[in-house]
Amino acid sequence: MTWITDAQNTWCPGCGNFAVQHALKDVFSGLVADEGRRPEEFVLVSGIGCHAKIADYLAVNSFYAIHGRTLPVATGIKLANPDLTAVACAGDGDAYAEGLGHLVFAAKRNTDITAIVHDNRVYGLTTGQYTPTSYTGFKGRSTPAGVKERPFNPVELALASGATFVARAYTRRLDHLREVLRRAILHQGFSFVEVLQICATYNNLTGTYHDQVYELEGHDTADLTAALARAREWDYSDDAPIALGVFYESERDHETWPAMGRVPDHRRQEVIRGVLEERR
Amino acid sequence: MDEIAVLIGGKAGEGINIAGSVVVRLIAGCGLRAAMYYDYPSLIKGGHNFAVIRGAVKQPYCHREGLDLVLALDQETVRRHQGRLRAGGGVIYDTGRVRGVEGTGLPLDEIVKEEGAPAVTRNMGLIGAFCKTCAIPWETVETVLRRAVPKAVEANLQVAKRGYEAAEMGRPLPTPTAGGAVLPALTGNEAVALGLVEAGLEGYIAYPMTPSSSILHFLAARQEEFGTSVVHPENEISVMLMALGAAYAGRRVAVGTSGGGFCLMTEGFSLAGMAELPVVVVLAQRPGPSTGVPTYSGQGDLLFALSAGQGEFPRPVAAPATLEEAWYWTGALLDLAWRFQTPAVLLTDKNLGEGMYTFHGAPRRPPLPSVRWDGDGDYRRYAPGPDGVSPLADPGTTGVIVKVNSYTHDERGITVEDQATVARMAKKRKEKEKAMAEVLMGYPSVVTTGDPAAKTALLCWGSTAGVCTEAARDLGLRVVRPVVLSPFPTEQFSAALKGAGQVIAVEENLDGQLARLVRAEGHRVDAMVGKYDGRPFFIEDLERRLKEVGA
Repeated sequence: MTWITDAQNTWCPGCGNFAVQHALKDVFSGLVADEGRRPEEFVLVSGIGCHAKIADYLAVNSFYAIHGRTLPVATGIKLANPDLTAVACAGDGDAYAEGLGHLVFAAKRNTDITAIVHDNRVYGLTTGQYTPTSYTGFKGRSTPAGVKERPFNPVELALASGATFVARAYTRRLDHLREVLRRAILHQGFSFVEVLQICATYNNLTGTYHDQVYELEGHDTADLTAALARAREWDYSDDAPIALGVFYESERDHETWPAMGRVPDHRRQEVIRGVLEERR
Repeated sequence: MDEIAVLIGGKAGEGINIAGSVVVRLIAGCGLRAAMYYDYPSLIKGGHNFAVIRGAVKQPYCHREGLDLVLALDQETVRRHQGRLRAGGGVIYDTGRVRGVEGTGLPLDEIVKEEGAPAVTRNMGLIGAFCKTCAIPWETVETVLRRAVPKAVEANLQVAKRGYEAAEMGRPLPTPTAGGAVLPALTGNEAVALGLVEAGLEGYIAYPMTPSSSILHFLAARQEEFGTSVVHPENEISVMLMALGAAYAGRRVAVGTSGGGFCLMTEGFSLAGMAELPVVVVLAQRPGPSTGVPTYSGQGDLLFALSAGQGEFPRPVAAPATLEEAWYWTGALLDLAWRFQTPAVLLTDKNLGEGMYTFHGAPRRPPLPSVRWDGDGDYRRYAPGPDGVSPLADPGTTGVIVKVNSYTHDERGITVEDQATVARMAKKRKEKEKAMAEVLMGYPSVVTTGDPAAKTALLCWGSTAGVCTEAARDLGLRVVRPVVLSPFPTEQFSAALKGAGQVIAVEENLDGQLARLVRAEGHRVDAMVGKYDGRPFFIEDLERRLKEVGA
């Protein structure tokens, strides 16, 4: 089984997307090997931006969608066929700008899908503008004087919105990234994984992340208050420690559609005749 | 008289819509055909709501200025509508709230109090009196009310009985044709919903928006028995994208909205065109632009539906005029969308969707199965197939990878930018449109009514068909109406218009949107009669306007 297509990869050398692509490939093949999953059950949904090319590069079912809209697509897929495993890869522009409302509602709805945000904190494919998670003062091509706004804190946002699995990872901690993604996909309900990654061309924060990241230890993932406190340690602008790992995990009900074809045609005709009869 | 026109009016919250639908069913219960127009402002309590019901031996699909009976729950109803009474007409009214009127007065507050019934059953007192006035046998009244009243049936019946006993027999209903069966009564939106269900709908996704919301409510209430799942997401953007996700996963889905919601959907609509994903959009028009007049009707979104979404892609668009057509074309559009893997639009409006009519049954559709992958060789989602249609496989199928893409893509669904593939895939989409146009030759895509040999032809679309047909009958005209508006049914339309010397467009818009489309197809349109105040044409009104332009 090959997990990579023969499409020519056009990411810049050093791009964080390579790590996400290979981690996901390893997680999918691992789930096939140890959990008896079928390769055909995975569906990758991507948005628009550099990250989204992952849909061309991974040899799995994919829905290469439009900017900001990965989560409603993934939700539709999962509702319609609960046997599929829907993983939505979005960029920070996708998830936090164009599609922010969908993120909040996906967390509220708790449909069993996994959202992975490739957060390089800059627009890559449109050549270097600020995003909702760019640090205050970031000088992008649309904000040459530096951004005055405060960045979103996506981890805090996901927790506040009711996501039942919330994690953060970093592309240069590959083993940890794999482990987090695997847990996210196995989680029943809406999983949110914020992946910090550098943009080698427009926002290379390797030094910042090298100095600031640490992996959570002894943190109670059932404690929402503790999760929020950890999430607030770093505000996406300052030089505080950046926690990586699972912040929060819980269970909550969610809807799926009943199996297809559960009402046979002849039965539907009877029901329709019944409705018409009532209306005489 | 072979027809009767009844108006019932009161404040919002007094059960005017229910009362109107009960009158429709009483008239239908006597073997007649009926149409109801329901007029209400965008508020929940107060204001002035009224329903006009026209009962006749032949199916009516529009209304006249003249009325035979006005049923008034308040003074405002009398003030506004009494002047419309024809010779021999009368008023049935609540003596507690209406003063200075001749007719049948009922002390409704006292009646309701004495019967221990809820205040909202006052409308049934008027209905009881109406039934007696029209000599409807009490057994029929009881049978219909037991079926038609949503709750507190006994209380409603008692109040209706009091009204029945208090009134005198006056003006019997027209005599139905011998053997005329009692037909069911439905709203246009119910016909759309049932047409979708009958054609195998598995999911309906919508955000509430008048005048489409009653499709959502109807299907949501019955999702278990129909086997059609119903979802109400955060906005219309999500509606469309969820629908495309579900369609990709193999379900037959539809969405419903009005103009403003469709604006938000156009991004996903174009994605459906590129990714070749089927979905049916029910676009129930109301007057725009923007929020416009939310609870009224219009035909201002034809050109929008025809051109919504960036880029070029095929899209069947059909505008039904009647319940039977609404039922038929929702099914046909589901078939077409899935056969040709492209989004489709059913254009309705408030007058059709929220109006109620007796239903005669929809004709059967020609079979049009989707093209499925035969399991042979490697699967490619956009592989060349018959008429540009690539065989479908669902994600989850063993040994198959299904890749769909919003970018221009190759046969496997992988993004490409090379000239040859970009052009080849554009032509593939165009091929589907040509094939669709050919398939539609086997459908009733253009309907001609009135006198097919008349030199003057009225040109119309959608729910104005009824009033055009009646005016044409009175004035000896022909009516040519394309039901399919995209791909335009050129041959059928030309044949229907053959020999016409004068062509007059009748539309509920300002610009003459069908006229513009038809002119672009190379036909002449000599005059335009437009209406853009949110209200439907009365027959008298249309006939006057037609004479003014020389019909």
